[in-house]
Amino acid sequence: MSGDRLRLALPVLSLVVLLGAVFYLQPRAMSYFGLNLLFNLAIPVALATISQMMIIMVNDIDLSIGTFVSFCACVTATFVHDTPVIGYMILAAAILAYALLGALIQLRGLPAIVVTLGMSFVWGGLAVLILPSPGGASPEWLKTLMSLKTPLVPIAVVAPLVIALAVHFLIKRSWVGVILQGVGGNDRAMERAGWSLVRLRASAYGLAGLFGVLAGMSLVGLTTAADANIALRYTLLSIAGVILGGGEFVGGRISPFGAVIGALTLTLAASFLSFLRLSPDWQIGAQGAILILVLAVRLVFIRKGAVA
Amino acid sequence: MTNNASEPMTAATPVRALLSKPWIWAFLAAAITFGATSLIAGSGAGSLFYAALTFASFSAIVGIGQMLVITLGPGNVDLSIPASMTLAATLALKFMDSETAMILPGLLVAIGVGIGCGVINFGLILLLRIPPIIATLSASFLYQSLAIWSNRGLRIKPPEPLAEFATGGALGIPNIAVVGILLAILAWVVLERAIAGRWISAIGQNLRAARLSGVPVNAVRFGVYVNSAVCAALAGFLLASFSGGANLNMGTEYMLMSIAVVVIGGSSIGGGNSNVPGIWGAALFMFLIVSMLNSYGLGAGIRLILTGVVIVGVVALASRKGYDV
Repeated sequence: MSGDRLRLALPVLSLVVLLGAVFYLQPRAMSYFGLNLLFNLAIPVALATISQMMIIMVNDIDLSIGTFVSFCACVTATFVHDTPVIGYMILAAAILAYALLGALIQLRGLPAIVVTLGMSFVWGGLAVLILPSPGGASPEWLKTLMSLKTPLVPIAVVAPLVIALAVHFLIKRSWVGVILQGVGGNDRAMERAGWSLVRLRASAYGLAGLFGVLAGMSLVGLTTAADANIALRYTLLSIAGVILGGGEFVGGRISPFGAVIGALTLTLAASFLSFLRLSPDWQIGAQGAILILVLAVRLVFIRKGAVA
Repeated sequence: MTNNASEPMTAATPVRALLSKPWIWAFLAAAITFGATSLIAGSGAGSLFYAALTFASFSAIVGIGQMLVITLGPGNVDLSIPASMTLAATLALKFMDSETAMILPGLLVAIGVGIGCGVINFGLILLLRIPPIIATLSASFLYQSLAIWSNRGLRIKPPEPLAEFATGGALGIPNIAVVGILLAILAWVVLERAIAGRWISAIGQNLRAARLSGVPVNAVRFGVYVNSAVCAALAGFLLASFSGGANLNMGTEYMLMSIAVVVIGGSSIGGGNSNVPGIWGAALFMFLIVSMLNSYGLGAGIRLILTGVVIVGVVALASRKGYDV
């Protein structure tokens, strides 16, 4: 098996094992409706994870994605619903802001971890201003889209895979993606080859912003309302998803399919734990334990891969 | 605002020498916000100063731990600080059960919890080779669950003398600030005057070179991660004593705070270069900026936005090119 394939084998395996465990515990989940429930929030989580992946691809880390998705959800549930033109303009401006942040980080050599941490306050503040108390409503077309009945397999499973495929072609099969991964691999070499690092990093951040916006919109489509704290967990979930999916923090090594499968695994882990009838006290801890377990197994895989 | 190292030494008047210190900007920013706040705050400058010292202490204590971790180099950061704080505070207060005689054992319990968290964090990093960000993050989930499980929504009061110590002060200086300043001095001595500090910086500057020159890399990293968790545990213990009990989200804001004070304080986020005085300057600044925005009567939303803009602005202005993370 080639490196990329081996990298993907583990996330797929952990998803399959977890899915098997869920079906064993609750055979009734093995249905169209059951799958839809299990992966209920998979679409926004997958989109947020892709967004995080874009940032990790250029060796940065985004600690603001949770508040950003919350902000986008608030905009979608208010402005996009009431005055679509203004709503879409705000979302476009948010993507632009992300791209500008990328440019600023490159120009001034800033630590992304701190800049995004600071930005998490900005997005959080904006979200509170827009929607001080939970509410709003989903645009009709978004609600329809998210509750679409796809044949055989529910949309909650189909859509993340379609997203992964699209991003795979963008990142792994197009020249844009190859160059962006190059920034993570060796930015100095990219610069010497005549590429503007400012533009490249801005593009990566812009893409992250775009997927963050999509995550916020899809979340509102599912929940049909928003509040300012709706997606705070996504920051940690998205980082964990990327790493679970075989991504590395440095070197531009990322895998869109891996990231999406990592996101699906984390979504499923939550359902699995509630099927176990585990006391709610331990649910967070068990998620941490699952994460550690998968990474421990990965260590064994990588060692074997190195020998082979 | 660049730190010009090539400047000839002859021009180094005291003022100039002071301005070349990376930590001076954090203190200047704190002083300006202090001035701006006390101008309009009704409560007077003295009480503002007292409050700033108190609240900055908690940030400074966790910041010192985080600073050493970040000094170890790119990718090193401790995201388990909030959970370690909460767990240590919860278990220690439960153990003391408001009994005066149990204060010292309670403190030892808190420190023991800190050591335990640090050992687990570094165990995951070393044995399972998990990147520190993910290792400390996933371990923090475990600590958090443990705290939830042992807390059960109860709020146990700290023993009376401990609460008095934590809220009291002498000569206009809060006791907690004394603890924080002593810890900062200790950290400064270790970093600047002891071999351990040289080792930490050496690892952050070049891990391979440090290893080849005989630095006990893993022992040093182990010590740094344990120290960070112990600092967090101590801060949690003091915070719970100060605020009349532990609660489950008492540590939340210290995730950002611990990283922000390190960077605003002038330490390099890329590692290898730390700065103890800056931690205190930045901790004061972070408290004062929030109280300034409060005293201007701004709503929560605007306050959050301005806090974020200030953090990004300060980092952008104070940045020195030359590291890559």
